[in-house]
Amino acid sequence: MNFILIAVIVLGAIGLIAALVLYVASKKFAVYEDPRIAQVSELLPGANCGGCGFPGCGGMADALVKGADAGSLEGLNCPVGGAEVMGRVADLLGMAIANGEPKVAVVRCNGTCEHRPKIAEYAGLRTCAAMHSCGAGETACGFGCLGCGDCVKACQFDAIHMNPETGLPEVDDEKCTACGACVKNCPRNIIELRKKGPKNRRVYVSCVNKDKGAVSMKACKVSCIGCGKCEKECPFGAITVANNCSYIDFEKCRLCKKCVAVCPTKAIQAVNFPAPKPVEPKPAEQGKEEKA
Amino acid sequence: MNIRTFRIGGVHPEENKLTHEVATKVAALPKQAIFPLSQHIGAPTKPVVQKGDKVKVGTMIAEAGGFVSAPIFSSVSGTVFKIDTAIDATGYRKPVIIINVEGDEWEESIDRSTKLELVKDHPELTPEEIVSRIKNAGVVGMGGACFPTFIKLTPPPTAKAECVIINAVECEPYITADYRLMMEHADEILVGLELLMKGAKVTRGYIGIETNKPAAIELLTKKAAEKFTNSDYQVEVVPLAQRYPQGGEKQLVDAVIRRQVPAPPAIPVNVGAIVQNVGTAFAVYEAVMKNKPLFERYTTVTGKKLANPGNFLVRMGTPMKDLIDACGGMPEGDNKLLAGGPMMGKALTSVEVPICKGTNSVTILSGDDARRKEPQPCIRCAKCVGACPMGLEPYLLAKLSDVKNWERAEREDIVSCIECGSCQFTCPAHRPLLDNIRQGKATVMGIIRNRNAKK
Repeated sequence: MNFILIAVIVLGAIGLIAALVLYVASKKFAVYEDPRIAQVSELLPGANCGGCGFPGCGGMADALVKGADAGSLEGLNCPVGGAEVMGRVADLLGMAIANGEPKVAVVRCNGTCEHRPKIAEYAGLRTCAAMHSCGAGETACGFGCLGCGDCVKACQFDAIHMNPETGLPEVDDEKCTACGACVKNCPRNIIELRKKGPKNRRVYVSCVNKDKGAVSMKACKVSCIGCGKCEKECPFGAITVANNCSYIDFEKCRLCKKCVAVCPTKAIQAVNFPAPKPVEPKPAEQGKEEKA
Repeated sequence: MNIRTFRIGGVHPEENKLTHEVATKVAALPKQAIFPLSQHIGAPTKPVVQKGDKVKVGTMIAEAGGFVSAPIFSSVSGTVFKIDTAIDATGYRKPVIIINVEGDEWEESIDRSTKLELVKDHPELTPEEIVSRIKNAGVVGMGGACFPTFIKLTPPPTAKAECVIINAVECEPYITADYRLMMEHADEILVGLELLMKGAKVTRGYIGIETNKPAAIELLTKKAAEKFTNSDYQVEVVPLAQRYPQGGEKQLVDAVIRRQVPAPPAIPVNVGAIVQNVGTAFAVYEAVMKNKPLFERYTTVTGKKLANPGNFLVRMGTPMKDLIDACGGMPEGDNKLLAGGPMMGKALTSVEVPICKGTNSVTILSGDDARRKEPQPCIRCAKCVGACPMGLEPYLLAKLSDVKNWERAEREDIVSCIECGSCQFTCPAHRPLLDNIRQGKATVMGIIRNRNAKK
């Protein structure tokens, strides 16, 4: 009986002393952390994708709180959570909602097997980065998609997949969070984050080939040849042609699709627009055709 | 005979020197010559001609674009057709000068006689004069890496050159251009070596030759003894055991003078050696003694299925197609076209790629030789570790590159890799080790460059 009592007293005393030491230490060496950081962290998606430019959601939360203290959340945007999450974060911090128009990854190459014939066979390591360092790849286009799926491997949201028929990656608009991982991993800078657009409607040049028209046409039937017709046609000044390749500024583009109609190589893509209504041929035109 | 070789790693691929005893032919002039503006390590050149200009053989068409750069000279006479882009040995379209060939008119300043000029007959050749003539003639390393030669001859003040080593190893399978050059121009090469030694202000010279070229060893040993006995210079021909990659600078330094070059950024001159290819020695002779800039080179065109493989003295800018046609045309079926040999050569997708300063061979592999075998899982046999001539662990570097662990890859010295491919050659599981390592090396070197730029 005596032994048990001694054990209880000794252990109890050790426990008390240890508790006292811990209490003193926690008071003495306390590090103050803004409680809002933890709260903001909880609101963020927690994917740690790095799409915001910070190492993870913790870093982003820290930056958001610091931004709020400095008086502005400008330039801070969680691409994954989008406007909804940013709105909640702004409410919590008592700030105005930070801007953040939804964006989506867009693959700017339409060089399918049919449009862009293979001229060689690549036998090395099947990653785009490796193939890119060996030369133009299996086709004659030194700018287009290599088709090994580095972007697919980079995506943490299962939003980009290779289409086995075209050999090109396709982005799932619903799943894409515009974190930009695919953009960074594409060795040819084909993928771009563009404005998602109303009802996912977008107009873009689906080619990044900077070779002269004759050369790029030889490599791929749907390449941009830099002819400049779209630039002249655009009523909003959204299109610029540089280095034999056209580019549509999505901030200025009003989705009128006039450029799509004039593009001689069909390099400009308009996606998610309703199919054009079948136009009934006018009788006069019919007559002309018959004569011809 | 005391046969030396480098101390770690190495492999011995099948030699396939099909064109050993095929005497060099002078290649026909092309109809159109293509000169890429970047034919060397360093800054690309700047064109100094315009569309429509008339040029002669030996006219400068592009000047050096920086300190590490070398001017480019026309190898043909004719009219500048255009300055455009064309596919070069990188596999991409790069800026080039295209010249339509008309006749064969040479610049008068070039001495076209075959008389052997000796250094002792030219007292005006001070070391500075030699280096400046080499620089102005656009001479670069002819073994393939194309580093401007004059820079190698003027080492940084922290290093002191003690000897010049002539790289006549030619350890790559198939290639015989250097061997033919030695057999046909031994005297000129020795004068070139003397010029290199004088330019670098050293008195010791070595010529490293593998023992699969006994005739070249015999010939050069005899000629070197005749020439350099009772002179200020000591030149030794060093027979080396056959082992790839003995032609790598660091391996050659180890084999010949038993010194190991430390990890990058150290270069051979940090241990006192200046390594020059035998083709470079010949180009130096022609540049200094004959006032002939670098616009011709010896190139082997080879392949088991090729009807008449051969060695050619070819004007730079000649499309590979012309040479392949001169050898009987591209074989039937699927072929792999390489600029260089099968170990380090670069696969090309176009036969229109021109011969450049560094194109020592055009190799055509056919059938099974051209294909890789299906990769299998790593069996941890460590054969790659044994084969690596730099003492690295290729299996580990490949994995680290694959998982993008750049910090660890840097710690494991990925930048020391010389990309010789011994690991991949020896791997029984046919794993794409070098493909992965190359990616990692390029990325890590980029990271280091950025870090140094920030400092």
